[in-house]
Amino acid sequence: MSECHLELTNVGIEFPTPKGPFRALREVDLKIDKGEFISLIGHSGCGKSTVLNIVAGLYEATEGGVLLNGKEVSSPGPERAVVFQNHSLLPWLTAYENVELAVDQVFKKQKSSAEKREWIEHNLKLVHMDHAMHKRPDEISGGMKQRVGIARALAMQPEVMLMDEPFGALDALTRAHLQDSLMEIQKELNNTVIMITHDVDEAVLLSDRIVMMTNGPAATIGEILKVELPHPRDRLALADDPQYNHYRSEVLRFLYEKQRKVDH
Amino acid sequence: MNPLKWAFIEPFYKLAIGEDRKGQINLLIRAIGLPLAGILVFLLLWQGAASNINTSLGQFPGPVQTFEQFQNLEAEAEEAAVKEERFYKRQEERNARKLERDPDAEIRVRDYVGPPTFFDQIGRSLVTVMSGFILASVIAIPLGILIGLSNSAYAAFNPLIQIFKPVSPLAWLPLVTMVVSALYVTDDPMFDKAFLNSMFTVMLCCLWPTIINTAAGVATVTQDLKNVSRVLNLNWWTHVRKIVLPCSIPMMFTGLRISLGIAWMVLIAAEMLAQNPGLGKFVWDEFQNGSSDSLGRIMVAVIVIGIVGFLLDRGMMLLQKVVSWDKTADIR
Repeated sequence: MSECHLELTNVGIEFPTPKGPFRALREVDLKIDKGEFISLIGHSGCGKSTVLNIVAGLYEATEGGVLLNGKEVSSPGPERAVVFQNHSLLPWLTAYENVELAVDQVFKKQKSSAEKREWIEHNLKLVHMDHAMHKRPDEISGGMKQRVGIARALAMQPEVMLMDEPFGALDALTRAHLQDSLMEIQKELNNTVIMITHDVDEAVLLSDRIVMMTNGPAATIGEILKVELPHPRDRLALADDPQYNHYRSEVLRFLYEKQRKVDH
Repeated sequence: MNPLKWAFIEPFYKLAIGEDRKGQINLLIRAIGLPLAGILVFLLLWQGAASNINTSLGQFPGPVQTFEQFQNLEAEAEEAAVKEERFYKRQEERNARKLERDPDAEIRVRDYVGPPTFFDQIGRSLVTVMSGFILASVIAIPLGILIGLSNSAYAAFNPLIQIFKPVSPLAWLPLVTMVVSALYVTDDPMFDKAFLNSMFTVMLCCLWPTIINTAAGVATVTQDLKNVSRVLNLNWWTHVRKIVLPCSIPMMFTGLRISLGIAWMVLIAAEMLAQNPGLGKFVWDEFQNGSSDSLGRIMVAVIVIGIVGFLLDRGMMLLQKVVSWDKTADIR
């Protein structure tokens, strides 16, 4: 068996409830290469976040397991940085201090304080937040908060970036800006990314592969779509691209024909 | 933003430079006129009611008699200060003479032991209440954090706290008195037993609101922030310091302010019973004294107790504004 970067093998999870165990996931198998950008897409409640949380180590799978560089993942760690849906910045710290908390923790003794400062500023610059470094979360917009959240994750120098609907709460224009930033950063750093999204365009634009999940309970991977569009991708140029539109309709077909959400 | 900014100067300043005259005058009437009117109505009602109540110690004191007694208490304090000064002067002269006669003479320096004045009593009360309150906070804040961090600990301790919370200081005091006399046995006591009795009673009564509110504040740390802490692998101490503490400060201060309010109320009762010098003892002594001035002097104490309680609460509010990270929060 060849060693791969990140490997999910037969992952399943059951949550205990007063009415007996609830099976959220079953038989999730996925192999991810270094530098690959994976989107998880599916209807709400299909266990996308559960998959992400298992990779993050925040949940423990009841069956199967996750291997990162051949080592089993059992607890959270900064090599699997998470960008949370609602930014999760500490409201009493400035943008700089929020990133600093992560940097101090990850590079405790490896970097001098001057190096740390430089590294924090570098990451904030990467997400175009260097102009508002010393503002607190309540003084900046939602998009800016999410940028800081990304900077905090990047500053941990993670092997894998896990993004839980990072742009879900943002308006369309801000979202487009951040997607462009993310593509730039991804090109520069070549991070492995797993991103949850509800947005079909976002998935096609950013991903190398789109993992489409079936509806829960006991959700699993339905189809995997390989997006073979050349990088760098330009949203304007792609809008009329037949290949792009083909991928788009593939995802739509999966979501709205094969896995139509049944309203209860 | 400076929490100590003197906001009330602004309307006067604007009036002076002639900006928005009408608005500023309205503002001043609201901010100063209405409270003054309220106080005036209260004083009139008080005067009216007082003149109709005759007690065995004479007529119930109205605002005028009360103010007279306040002036008397001031005069007595001044007198006492003069006496004290004279005492030390006499002592010095006596010792100087002694040394003149015999350079090897053993001289004694005694402290002045006059009866405490009303203002001394206020000071003593404040020392006692702050000792009890600080001691309680030092115990209650860490305990509240520990209890708040774990659902099991919360479930285990919550019933106990709820049971102890409503217990009156008058029920604790006899127990505290006996325990203190049993355990605090020393030939050279650093603290007066009456002081310890009052302080521990205050402490026992003002532990609970701080514990409960701190624990509730700790429980407001969202799962998101806990996840951040886990992903960063923060150790327990950093987690508490960087995430739990700032998050729980608003609730913690709510608890501290309730506790300090209770502490001040409890203190007066404790001092009465424990005979610890302070405002409570002052009230009790005046009641036992039973002179025609007594009720007026007690009335002075009542008003002073109210004002000091109010100032203590304002003090805590200022402290909260200084400590809190959220300077925009409306703290009232």
